[in-house]
Amino acid sequence: MSAPADATTALKARFPQVTDRASLDHPAVNVPAADVPAVLKYLREEFAFDLLADVTAIDWAEGVSPRFTVVYHLLSTTGHAYLRVAANCASDAAPEVPSVVDLWAGANWHEREVYDMFGIKFAGHPDLRRILMWDEYPHFPLRKEFPLAGIETPLPDPAVVAETGAKAIPAPMMGGPFVAAPGEINLTEAEPRAKDESWNERRSKPE
Amino acid sequence: MVTANTELAYNSKIEGEVIVSRADAVINWIRTSSIWPMPMGLACCAIELMGVAASRFDIARFGAEVMRFSPRQSDCMIVAGTVTYKMATAVRRIYDQMAEPKWVIAMGACASSGGMYRSYAVLQGVDRIVPVDVYISGCPPRPEALLDALIKLQTKIKREPSAKRLLSA
Repeated sequence: MSAPADATTALKARFPQVTDRASLDHPAVNVPAADVPAVLKYLREEFAFDLLADVTAIDWAEGVSPRFTVVYHLLSTTGHAYLRVAANCASDAAPEVPSVVDLWAGANWHEREVYDMFGIKFAGHPDLRRILMWDEYPHFPLRKEFPLAGIETPLPDPAVVAETGAKAIPAPMMGGPFVAAPGEINLTEAEPRAKDESWNERRSKPE
Repeated sequence: MVTANTELAYNSKIEGEVIVSRADAVINWIRTSSIWPMPMGLACCAIELMGVAASRFDIARFGAEVMRFSPRQSDCMIVAGTVTYKMATAVRRIYDQMAEPKWVIAMGACASSGGMYRSYAVLQGVDRIVPVDVYISGCPPRPEALLDALIKLQTKIKREPSAKRLLSA
């Protein structure tokens, strides 16, 4: 077993398809999606990256290809080093990467969360259900095309819906969260009120 | 002949073991004095709710210290915290399981209006799924604010036509 600091060099020697990834903090590498389990297993067994700290994803926006990138954060508790492993999903319409639940049982819920928020499927996951939103929820909230306020959606319990008429509605943005649009440097123009998001239940959303 | 009666309290010997009152007054007095809360603690407001129940603020002074985690045994649901859409149906089911008469206190900004969570995941006010009797502002509210809401709820209960409702039920 070698020191975690040498991991990226050895990794690139062992897997020629692995490339360096721009990073401001920890060492990072790009890996083809199909090689993720092999690379992570190699890192865990040869370089003591024994803890999978996080699994997350990036949506690079509609029309960009590759659109989805799955990111793994590894920590070596003995070598005291982090390593970031990123894998682009081959398909933009039905993104999928292999699951690493076999390597770390803790990846189970991380991968369910990524599936819930981004709709990225994890091949070989034993129980790939939504974890935060309810099972019937039709959208993936952290995708770029999903509005922060939400989309009108029926609630899952028919008895409660019949009793109350409640449904998930777009949240009113009046006086709401400060959300700067990408590219807007002028913060006054980036405020919600500048974009006329000051609609609520009584005042309908401008089209 | 005028006798000096220094008895200020109720004397059963003089009154003949009888109290005359209105049924509403008696029923409402019983109900206000022993509200059993259902602590629907969903976020940080629940910590303040625990503070209210603890020794410094002591909700027992107002007869509402018997927190019951079964809806069958409680009559005032205190919704303390952020109600997500996923939780909303469960909150309504628990409310439906509570026996009449029952009341709801929406504690804090999130339960009252969604609070700072203007988001796809959060119910924008628990009054969309259950009828709320008292709203409390604050994020989270001070324990005194919950006690104030409890006193307001007691005032409200005292005005209810309980006897009529019992007979018509």
